[in-house]
Amino acid sequence: MGALLNQRFLILAMLAVVIAVLPFVFPSSYYFRVASLVWVSALAAIGLNILMGQAGQVSLGHAAFFGIGAYSVAIGPTHLGIPSWAALLIGAALSAVLAYLVGRPILRLKGQYLAIATLGLGVRGALVISTESGWTGGPDGMPVERLTLFGWRVSGSYTWYWVTGALLLVGTWIALNLDETPTGRAFRALHDSEVAAQVVGVDVARFKLQAFVIAAVYGSIAGSALAFMNGFINPDQAGFLHSVELVTIVVLGGLGSVVGSIVGAAVLVTLPQALTVFQEYEHLLLGLIIIVSMIFMRNGIVPSLSGLFHRKART
Amino acid sequence: MAEFLQFLISGLTVGAVYALVALGFTLIYNASGVVNFAQGEFVMLGGMVTVFASAAGVPLVLAAFIAVVVAIVIGLLLHRLAIEPARGASAVTLIIITIGASILFRGIAAIIFDKQFHKLPGFTGETPINILGAAVQPQSFWVLGGAAVVVVALYVFLEHTILGKAVLATAANRLAARLVGINTTTIMAIAFGGSAAIGAIAGILVTPITLTSYDVGTLLALKGFAAAMLGGMGNPVGAVIGGLLLGLLEAFGAGYLSSTYKDAFAFLVILIVLFVAPQGLFGRRVVERV
Repeated sequence: MGALLNQRFLILAMLAVVIAVLPFVFPSSYYFRVASLVWVSALAAIGLNILMGQAGQVSLGHAAFFGIGAYSVAIGPTHLGIPSWAALLIGAALSAVLAYLVGRPILRLKGQYLAIATLGLGVRGALVISTESGWTGGPDGMPVERLTLFGWRVSGSYTWYWVTGALLLVGTWIALNLDETPTGRAFRALHDSEVAAQVVGVDVARFKLQAFVIAAVYGSIAGSALAFMNGFINPDQAGFLHSVELVTIVVLGGLGSVVGSIVGAAVLVTLPQALTVFQEYEHLLLGLIIIVSMIFMRNGIVPSLSGLFHRKART
Repeated sequence: MAEFLQFLISGLTVGAVYALVALGFTLIYNASGVVNFAQGEFVMLGGMVTVFASAAGVPLVLAAFIAVVVAIVIGLLLHRLAIEPARGASAVTLIIITIGASILFRGIAAIIFDKQFHKLPGFTGETPINILGAAVQPQSFWVLGGAAVVVVALYVFLEHTILGKAVLATAANRLAARLVGINTTTIMAIAFGGSAAIGAIAGILVTPITLTSYDVGTLLALKGFAAAMLGGMGNPVGAVIGGLLLGLLEAFGAGYLSSTYKDAFAFLVILIVLFVAPQGLFGRRVVERV
């Protein structure tokens, strides 16, 4: 137990150090922006990983919750006069309620059926956003008012680097702790074998639903953060491709590994940025990266590497 | 009545395309257990290659033939280079590989071809035919007839040839098939090639009606997948019926309810079906062994 506590503390400390040190090596504000994007994607991926890696349920429509968060902070202040910070909370609450209501019937499905059901949910979310253009600006997207907290106007890539970094730290801390609670253990039991979990008295349906709701809230908050940061939002953020991207981050980094989600986000967000020289080839390269990494590191980057490390250490 | 007939025929036409995509899904799923998300890209390839070959002066029939061959080669490459090396990986990993492949194909198509919409001329003119007051494009009959031919051909192949029976045996039980001397790797390659050909044919048939571009594949893959689910995953007859049903649902939903939400409407119905009958309409009930 002491060792576990230490390991958790170590991960958090290392993440904090990375976030604190990176600014010293960043040559321009562009790097702060890319890093903030990584933090936001990592936050959403950590949430999705609780559902996929810990509770073992696939969601191919997770960007819908990302979209709810993003559009809440866009629509709330613009159309309804709700303060930005309240809109963020309302978005998270909305996502939780939606996940709760939809999750009850959907999570009864298994494997590919669950995948198509969540996918249908995602497609519908994106469709509503592009259709209700009076509220959302349609396919062109809409501007987002800057976040103001106690009179402090949060803006600029430098500021957002710290805000999203702090959010990621909190998200990581919660996810790491969750792993060691009875709920987290129930998730793991579910992942290994639903039947066995049921036999030892885990309320399977309830815990699946919990994981779904938690993942939805993570996604929603990450979506809000991105919307504030960019000052602009369009339906792509809630679309199928973004859902796929999130799933890829989780699987690429390693199912069930919190650090993996952060590493996966770092790889998948920075690579296309590094490859903008080949802008024409962006899709081609993204596809190739996904295929190659899935073939050669099918357990994900972090578990594959740590497995290698442990094997070396033993011999 | 005329309105009803109009929706009916347009629903069946679109549904026939969904049915072909779903059939392609089913073929690969049965032979290998892989849910191939790149299925829609075969449809895109069929349309795009035909458009560009015929623009280069190749006669339409030959252009269509080239398109099918190109799709088959791509299908075989997908199997050889992406699916074979990942043998034994989990279902989710395999799905992500095929999603990666679909993004890759789309990227290649955007570079080799372009990002514009393209049209093919109708095979037998474009003057609508009047049937009891409904205006029907002649191409609709090509789509329906073509789909019927593909379905019958696949049926004959599966039921009346040794190779087809080997595919069925592999689908029923891969290990047992290998034990009686069937080379299941070859069977999987056949499934990928065949399913690519079916997709390409669907793309060629429907392009005169719906146009084509480098990114039509994603939505078609989703619809085809949904159709296969609706009919019951792994059941070819279910795939065809599921496809036609989905097309009809969309056409009537768009006609009588709301055209902007036709996609959402179709997905809603599928969700309801899945809740009532989780194995789809014609799927086998799977008894879970503890």
